[in-house]
Amino acid sequence: MRRARLLYVPFWGTYVFLYLPIAVLVVMSFNSGESAYTYEGFSLKWYGELARDERVLDGLVNTLIVAAGSTVIATVLGTLLAVGLARHTRSRTLDAIALMPAVLPDLVLAIGLLLFYGVIQLTLGLYSVVLAHGLFSMAFVAAVVRTRLTGSDTSLEEASRDLGAGPVQTFLRITLPQLMPGIVAGALLAFTLSLDEFVIAFFTIGNTEQTLPIVIYSMIRFGVTPEINALAAILLLVSFTAVIAGQRLTKIGERESNRTPGAPREAIKVQGEADSTDVGEKRAEN
Amino acid sequence: MSRIRFTRRLPAAVAVAGLALAVSACGGESSTSSAGTAPAAADQLKPNADLSQQTLQITVWDGYTPEELPAKVKEKLKVKDMKVALHDTNEIAMTKLTAPGDSGIDVAFVSGQYAQALNEQGLLEPIHPELIPNLANLYPEATQLSYDKGNKYSVPYTWGTTGICYRSDLVKTPPTSWNDLLKPPAWADKKVTMMTTERWLALPALKALGYSVNTDKDEEIAKAKELLLAQKPHLLGYDDVTFGDKLVSGESMMAEAWDGWCPTTDAKGNIKFAVPKEGSDLWVDTMVIMKSSKNKEAAHALINYILSPEIHSWAAENINYKVPNKAAMEQVKIAKGSLLGIKPAELLNGESIVDLGEASVKYTRLSTEVTAQS
Amino acid sequence: MKSEVKARPVSRSRGRRLGAFVFLSPGVVYLTVLLLVPLALVLSNTVFRRGRFGGVVYEFTVENFERLADPLYLGVVANSVKIAAITTLIALLIGYPTAYLIAQLPGKWKTVALVAIVLPFWTNFIIRVYAWIILLSGPGLINSVLGTKLELLYNQGTIVTGLLYSYLPLMVLPLYAAIERLDPQLREASANLGASAFTTFRKVTLPLTVPGVMTGCLFVFVPSFGNFVIPEILGGSKSIMVGNLIRDQFLKARDWPFGSTLALAIIAVLVLLLLVQAWVTRRA
Repeated sequence: MRRARLLYVPFWGTYVFLYLPIAVLVVMSFNSGESAYTYEGFSLKWYGELARDERVLDGLVNTLIVAAGSTVIATVLGTLLAVGLARHTRSRTLDAIALMPAVLPDLVLAIGLLLFYGVIQLTLGLYSVVLAHGLFSMAFVAAVVRTRLTGSDTSLEEASRDLGAGPVQTFLRITLPQLMPGIVAGALLAFTLSLDEFVIAFFTIGNTEQTLPIVIYSMIRFGVTPEINALAAILLLVSFTAVIAGQRLTKIGERESNRTPGAPREAIKVQGEADSTDVGEKRAEN
Repeated sequence: MSRIRFTRRLPAAVAVAGLALAVSACGGESSTSSAGTAPAAADQLKPNADLSQQTLQITVWDGYTPEELPAKVKEKLKVKDMKVALHDTNEIAMTKLTAPGDSGIDVAFVSGQYAQALNEQGLLEPIHPELIPNLANLYPEATQLSYDKGNKYSVPYTWGTTGICYRSDLVKTPPTSWNDLLKPPAWADKKVTMMTTERWLALPALKALGYSVNTDKDEEIAKAKELLLAQKPHLLGYDDVTFGDKLVSGESMMAEAWDGWCPTTDAKGNIKFAVPKEGSDLWVDTMVIMKSSKNKEAAHALINYILSPEIHSWAAENINYKVPNKAAMEQVKIAKGSLLGIKPAELLNGESIVDLGEASVKYTRLSTEVTAQS
Repeated sequence: MKSEVKARPVSRSRGRRLGAFVFLSPGVVYLTVLLLVPLALVLSNTVFRRGRFGGVVYEFTVENFERLADPLYLGVVANSVKIAAITTLIALLIGYPTAYLIAQLPGKWKTVALVAIVLPFWTNFIIRVYAWIILLSGPGLINSVLGTKLELLYNQGTIVTGLLYSYLPLMVLPLYAAIERLDPQLREASANLGASAFTTFRKVTLPLTVPGVMTGCLFVFVPSFGNFVIPEILGGSKSIMVGNLIRDQFLKARDWPFGSTLALAIIAVLVLLLLVQAWVTRRA
């Protein structure tokens, strides 16, 4: 018991460490003074500043465009790829390649795409970021949909084929409805990953546009003002609401599975890894 | 059966296709990277072009032009639209402007030696003086700048020099030499910032050693590197953008700085600027028109508009940069502590930084090596 | 599978081929064009010369590798490995007890605790880094609370703090998954056989969670190793990591071949790590 109490030090330490900076950010966003460091009194003026800041608003619009576009690409291609990998091939090479965009460091992907766009003389713009985000999001969608596929019952698909339906028909009538929850989860993940993505967007975006993370990056490079805090507080509020709402929804949606709560880009790797070790253990048992 | 054969072949097919694409792409590209093309013959521009069919996209440092400039330009010049992109350093601007494909930029703001490099690459449209009558407002000195004599491909926007910006209330003795920055005394240890933009990183060391800022001699650059490496442990950090904020907040007490970005007009009045006795540079930030621009008439009209005294004086009054525009400077009220009083003739004492062609890569490498050293 | 022998073998196999084509080709084309070709370009760039204004001159050279072998650049790579390793180790030391305790919590609190670990992850990465400037800088919060004028920013310790803050959840999650799966009876059995709590941990709990530990370490190490934003914002560009070097080769020095060579070095280190991870996990 004494030992257990000792363990509570790093436990609470972790939560203080994670939340103290966030709390300070939010408090300072209500600062009436000019400085991001010294609190002088309560004011909402930095929120007003933010609402008038065209760069931030443009960045937000661009971010939403990129996230929507890349989510569509990633969801369609990722779902097809997941079905293809699970049902139509046993190639482990292809499997590995499909997962690569999620595993490679973002910087490596970013410079590879920059070089590629340069070679084909593509004028960079928002769509070059859409294509790039589509790439890594596709890997995540494919991974999420696949975990659903490996768990699903294939007898319906086989029955459909035995009754003479082609692969496309079987897919549309049988597989797709079964996969829907996985596809929606994958799409949501793709959307949020794109919203927050900085490195790849930074390298592949055109000269005349900026996404919100890039705007934030250059705001910080140009100095520290409470306006950034106000932006931070709003983003925090939005994402906290989304996570908690998502948590409620998944609870209603699928009671049977006790998955860990979702998290952006890197966290899905946890999920994938956990699943793969599951499989490994099952194999070992057999 | 067929499934297995298909998947066996697939990775191979993918790899072959990828390689083929890569190789063909490489082959196709090899010609474009050769540099140093002479400026091609100028396009025929129509002085009476219909500007309402043209849109303008410029790229400029944050806060370097008036916020309301696009609105004013739309109203005065009747262009369809004007948009402003921002770059934080010359190097980022160069990356944007030299990238393959259409940069989408009509007018770019870059420093003189970078304008020279862009021109050598054949990326700039020659300036058509007949479309910019306001060129007459410039000081005569501003047409004789060594990186572009006669303003053939660039128009100066601001000019100044590089020196030491410092907190007079925090330093024990005011800095007078580049060595005060390079070998900071104990009381200034870790309270000094330097710039990393390649040529300005080297400048203090080159000047302290008595060399030209345009040297291309390996042994001189190597000596400068030694000085900079010895200095590194005593720095707060490298900063090209917010060194002024760090002085105001008291995080640093001395900074290598461009005169205009040294906040000498700060309310507390204890920030000062000194040009070290070993001498310094004359830098010029210029406006250039990209050859790829499809809105060249509007681009010329924009530069002409910026050179009008009421617009050009904005830079002097609001960002404390001297502008090479006689008509504009005569309108400017010079505030207390401001560095705007420096006369063009004094400025020209500074050594103008010019592009060094192939040798400029040496400075790029110097900058990489100094920042990489731990 | 068993039905394969039965009906209509010809049309079945054609259907299969069609299926493989319909489902796989869009993704494969996308992956080829935007992943494999770009990676091939990174790889091929390492043996060419830089163009003065960026771009690549297609003349064969080994100078990029010679330059990489320079102690200066190898030093940056080694320093990045060091910083990422320290971050990973600290994350493990505080992440393990945290995950362990979360796994012991009763059902409802377990979810709350896990969501609370993941929540900061959903906010913008750069904003989370920025929060530390406010805490640590000269006029920042810690100095004003303590009444000191310490220079807390712009050193390697700040970089480690920033990395730890950004990636700690990635350590806790897989550790939690591994610990959660443990059968509590195993520990009871060990205790019943007279083992001390520490021995039980060392002989039972730890070995069984090694795969989780390896996964967590990898998840923290990989993004830390290639990071350039945190060293730049919290390190004052003074102490740089290999990510900064790569970024600068592309966006400042315009030396694409050398930047590609450095990227290859990153990939090499990661492949090495994956091999180590696979080996350790298999042994455990």
